[in-house]
Amino acid sequence: MDNSTRTSRRGFKLALSLGAAGALILSVLSAVPASALTVGSPCTKVGASSKAGKVAVVCKQAGSKKVWTDTKVYTVEVAANAILGGKNNQTASWIVNYVIPTFTLNQAALGKQVSVKFTPKGIDDNAFKTQLALDLAAKKGPDVLSLDGFWVAEFADAGYVKPLNEVVAKKTVDAWDGWSQIPTSVQGVMKYNDKVYGIPAGTDGRIIYFNKALFTQAGLPTNWQPTSWADILTAAKTLKTKLPDVQAFQINANTGMGEATAMQGFLNFLAGAGSLIYDTKTKKWQGNTKAVRDMLTFYNNVYNVDKTGNSDWNLLAGEAGRNASFEAFSKGKLAMMIEGDYAWRGVLNPVTGNYKMADRDTNVGFAKIPAQTAKSGVNGQSFVSYSGGSGYTINPYSKEKNTAWDLLTFMNGRDAALANMSIGGAVRITQRKDVNAVTLMSDPCLKFVFENAIPNTFFRPAEVNYNAVSTLLQKATGDIVSGKTVAQAAADYETALKALVGADKVVSN
Amino acid sequence: MSKTRTISEKSMSERVSTAIFIALVVSFFLLPLIWLLLAPFDSAPSYRLHLSNPGLDNFKEMAQNPYAYRSLINSIVFSAGTGLAIILVGAPASYVLSRVKFKGRDGFLYILLLFSSIVSGSAAMVPLFLLALKLNILDTYHGVILVLTGGLLPAAIFILKDFTDSLPKSYEESAQIFGASSFRILKDIVVPVIRPGLAVIFVWTFVQAWSNFLVPFIVIRDVNKQPGAVMMYSFYNEGGQAVIRTVAAFALLYTIPIIVMYYYVNKKYGFRFYGGIKG
Amino acid sequence: MSKSLKTGSQAKKPGNSVLRGGVASAFLTPATLFIFVFLFIPAGWTLYLGITDYKLTGLSAVNQKIIGLANFQKALHDPQFLNSLKVTIQFTLGSAIFGQAVLGFLLAWVLSTVSKRLRSAVELIVICAWMVPSSVVSFLWVAFLNGDNGTLNLLTGLHLQWLIKYPLQSIIIFNIWRGTAFSMLLFSAAIAAIPKSHLEVARIAGATKFQQLRQIILPTARPFILTNLLLITLWTFNDFGPYLITGGGPGGKSELLSIFVYNSALRYLDFGYGSAIATMMLGMNLVLSLIVVTLGRKQQKKK
Repeated sequence: MDNSTRTSRRGFKLALSLGAAGALILSVLSAVPASALTVGSPCTKVGASSKAGKVAVVCKQAGSKKVWTDTKVYTVEVAANAILGGKNNQTASWIVNYVIPTFTLNQAALGKQVSVKFTPKGIDDNAFKTQLALDLAAKKGPDVLSLDGFWVAEFADAGYVKPLNEVVAKKTVDAWDGWSQIPTSVQGVMKYNDKVYGIPAGTDGRIIYFNKALFTQAGLPTNWQPTSWADILTAAKTLKTKLPDVQAFQINANTGMGEATAMQGFLNFLAGAGSLIYDTKTKKWQGNTKAVRDMLTFYNNVYNVDKTGNSDWNLLAGEAGRNASFEAFSKGKLAMMIEGDYAWRGVLNPVTGNYKMADRDTNVGFAKIPAQTAKSGVNGQSFVSYSGGSGYTINPYSKEKNTAWDLLTFMNGRDAALANMSIGGAVRITQRKDVNAVTLMSDPCLKFVFENAIPNTFFRPAEVNYNAVSTLLQKATGDIVSGKTVAQAAADYETALKALVGADKVVSN
Repeated sequence: MSKTRTISEKSMSERVSTAIFIALVVSFFLLPLIWLLLAPFDSAPSYRLHLSNPGLDNFKEMAQNPYAYRSLINSIVFSAGTGLAIILVGAPASYVLSRVKFKGRDGFLYILLLFSSIVSGSAAMVPLFLLALKLNILDTYHGVILVLTGGLLPAAIFILKDFTDSLPKSYEESAQIFGASSFRILKDIVVPVIRPGLAVIFVWTFVQAWSNFLVPFIVIRDVNKQPGAVMMYSFYNEGGQAVIRTVAAFALLYTIPIIVMYYYVNKKYGFRFYGGIKG
Repeated sequence: MSKSLKTGSQAKKPGNSVLRGGVASAFLTPATLFIFVFLFIPAGWTLYLGITDYKLTGLSAVNQKIIGLANFQKALHDPQFLNSLKVTIQFTLGSAIFGQAVLGFLLAWVLSTVSKRLRSAVELIVICAWMVPSSVVSFLWVAFLNGDNGTLNLLTGLHLQWLIKYPLQSIIIFNIWRGTAFSMLLFSAAIAAIPKSHLEVARIAGATKFQQLRQIILPTARPFILTNLLLITLWTFNDFGPYLITGGGPGGKSELLSIFVYNSALRYLDFGYGSAIATMMLGMNLVLSLIVVTLGRKQQKKK
C-alpha cells in the first residue's frame, strides 16, 4: 500500500502542477501579446499634454519631429487573406511595412492618433470567406476587410456589407478623387445592383502563353495570334506531331482548380461562343445551350479527340494539376497554356516565382484569346478575356467608420499603389490608370494584357449563385476529360443547374 | 511465466511466416513515413524521395515566418489543456458510470458518441461559432479547449469506462470497511489502477486535438493564437501553391512533439487499452 | 464490454458504495455540464438547421425559413449525395471492417508470440502512422502515391497516377494504414487478458495455432471485437482525412459523406443542407451500431 500511495500521491502532484502550469501559461499567453511579432506602434507619446486637449507624439517615420494630436486613439483593424512569410506575402508586407506606418504618420500630422492593427490569415479562400461571413453575421470582424469581387452579391444579400455611401456619408464617398483614376469597368469588380460596395484593389486578364523556341521548332511563327478556336486546335496538333516529347496545350478543367478552371478556361470559351454564363437582363443562366455545347466540344477536341492536353493534370486534387502545368511550362515541356497574368508575375518570375523560368523574358510569347470565329463573341468581339479582382470595403458595424474610410482611401491612393509594387518587386495591374501608365510600360506581358486583354474583358456575374453554377460547369469540363460525351455532360450539367436555381432560370437551346 | 513461447516451441514454418508477415507489415507502415525524414533536410524538396545537399536551410527559411514556431507552442497548449480537461472531467464520470448501472446506460453512451460525431463535423460550424460567441469565449485559448473537450468527452468516457469496469469492487469495498473516505478511495485505489487508462486517454486526446483544424478555425481569429494545424495551410504563395520547403520543415517539427509525448507517456505509464487486472 | 460484478449480498445500488451521498453527483456534474453545453446544444442546433433553408450568405442568411423535410427529400434525389453514400459504405466496409479490424487482430495475435523488444518496435511504427498529424499525413501519402516520381511507383517500377486511377482504393488503404493502431492495441489487450493456462493446456493437447485461435482466443475476445467494431465503424464512417489527399475526386469517386458535408458547408455555405446530411449520417451510424450490437447479442445467446 505504501508504494502505491506514494506513486499515486506523486501522480496527483503531477496532475496538479500540470494544471497550475497550464493555467499560468494560458493566462500569460492571453494577456501578453507576442510583442516581437506585432507591429510596434509607429508613433509614441512624449511628455505630458500641455496644449488644450492635445498630446504630443513622435512618429518613427518623421524622425524626432513632434506633432500635436487629439488624445483619443482611433483603433481600426484591417484583415486580408495574406500573411507574412506565407500566402500573399506581398500584400501582407505592403500592409505591415508601408500602409500602417505611413498612414499613422499622415494621420498624426493631421492631428489624429490612429492605431492600425493587421489581422493576417493564410488559409484557403473558401475558408477565409466562411470566417468572414461568420464574423459579419455576428456583427464583428475587422473594420477594413478584403473581399473577393464575386462574393459581394451574396454578402450584400445577407446584409453583411452595404454600399459604401450607406456606410459613410455619400458626400464623403463621392468627394474622393481616386474614382476618376479607376476605369468604370474595373469599378464593376465591387459593384452589385449598380451600387458600389468597395474599392477594387486591382485587376488582371487572361491570355495565351506560348514557348517561342518550341513554336519555332514546330514551324509556327513567334508572333502567333490565333483568330479562331480552330487556329488553336491546329497549332496544338502541329506541336503534338512535331514535338512528341512536349505537352502541346493546357486548358484548365475540372473542379480541383476551382475558379482557375472558370477564369482561365470555360468562361472565355462561352464568351467566345457568344454567350455570357448569366444574362443580367433576363436573369437566366446558360443551361444546355449551343454555346455550352460548343465550349465543351472544344474541351473534347483537346482532351479526347486530338489528345493535345494532359488529362491527368486536370484530374488531380486541388492545385496539384495546375502546379504540374506551371512546372512543365517553366521547364519548356509545355508549349501553350491559357493563364492569367499572375502566371507571368508570380509563378514564372525568374527571381521570385514558384516555378522560376530563366528565359521567361525572352522566350515567352503572348496571344489574345480568340472567339470561336471572328466577331462571334459577346458584343461582336473577336477576342475575349476575363478579369477578376478583389477589393477592400468597410464593415458596416465598424465603430470607427470615418477612420476606416480614411484608411481605405489611403490604401487606394497613388502613392500606396506604387508602394505595393516596390515592396516585393513584382509589378501588377493596379486599379489606377495613373499608376498603370507608369509601372506597366516596363513589363512586356502586363503591358500586353493591359492594352489587349483588358479592353476585351468580361467580369463574372455579381449573382448569389455564381459560385455554385461555376462549380457545376467545372464539373462538366471534368466529365469531358474523364471521357463523357459532350451531349451527356451538357445534359447532366443542365439537370444539376435546374435543381440548383430552378428550371425557370435556365436557358436551353 | 513468460508469455511468449520459447524459440524451440515454434515450428520452422511458423517462424518463417511470422517473419514474413512482420516484414510486410513494417514496410507497409514505414514507407510513406520516409519522406518526412528526408524532405525537410533536402535542399530542393519535392514529392520525390531524394536527399541532395542535406542541410537545415528549410528550417532557417521556416524560422523567418514569424508565426511558425509560436503556432507549435499554441498546439501544445491546446492539446495538453484538452487532455488534462478530459481526464479531470471524464475520469470521475466514467468511474461513476461503471459503478452505477441504470437502464439504458449503454444506449445513452452510444447516443452521446453519435452526437459527438455531429459536433466534430463541418455542419456544426455555425452553431459552434454562435455558441462560442454567446459564451464570450471567441478568440481565446480556453474557448478552444472547452469546445474540443465537449466533442471528445463521449469517446473518452467510452474508452475509460472499460478501464474502470475492470477494477474489481472488492478493493474499494475492503477500503470502505476500513473507513476510508470516497475521495481517498478514488485517489489511492482507483487512480493508480486505471493510471494506464488515463495515460491512454491523455495521449489519444492529445493526438486528436493536435490535428484538429475545425475548432481553432471557428473560434480563433488572432494569428498569434493559431495552432500548427491551421498554420500549416498558410505556407502557400499568392496563387495557392504550397511552398514545399517550409511545409516539409514545418511538418517534421509539427510531428516531433507528438512522438516525444507518446514516448514519454509510454515509458512512464505504458500505452495499452484496457490494461486489465488479470483475474 | 465487461459487466459489473454482482457479488450476492453486496449487489450494487447507488448509495451503497463509495459513491454515497453527493459524491456521485459531484463526479458527474462537470461531465454533465460539458455534455449539455458543448455537445447537446450545438448538436441539437445542427439538427434543427437541417430542417431550415439556412445559408451563411445570401438572403437565406437573414430570412431562414423552416422547410421541414425538404432538404432530406432533396438529398434522396441528389445523385451526388447517393454517390457519396455509396462511396462511404464501400470505404467503411473496406477500411474498417476488412482492413483495420482484421489487420489489427492479426498484428495483435502475431505480436503476442514474439519477443517483447520486437513487439514494442513494431507497435511503435504502427502507432506512428496513427499519431502523425493529419495535414502532414496527407502530404506523405500524396508524395507516396505521386504519379511521376512517388515512392510507390519507384518501388514497383510502374508509372501510375494512383490517386486518379484508383482513388477509392487508395483512400481505403490509406485509412487502414492510419487506423490499424487502435484495433491492434485493443485486441492485444484482449489477448493479454486470456489466462495463459488456457493456451498452454490447448497447446499441450495438440491444438494447432488456428484451432487455438478459433476456440479460445476469438470467443474470449468477442466483446472486445464488438466494442472495437463499433468505435472504428463510427470513426471511419465520419472520417474526413481523405479529403486532403484526393479532395473527394476525381469526379466524386472518393467523395465521402463527410467531404460532401464539408463542401456544402464551406464551398456553398449551405448549412441547412449540410446539416440535413449530417443528420442522415447520424441516423446511418445509429443503424450501423444497432446491427453490430444485435449481432453481438445473438452470439452471446448462442453460447
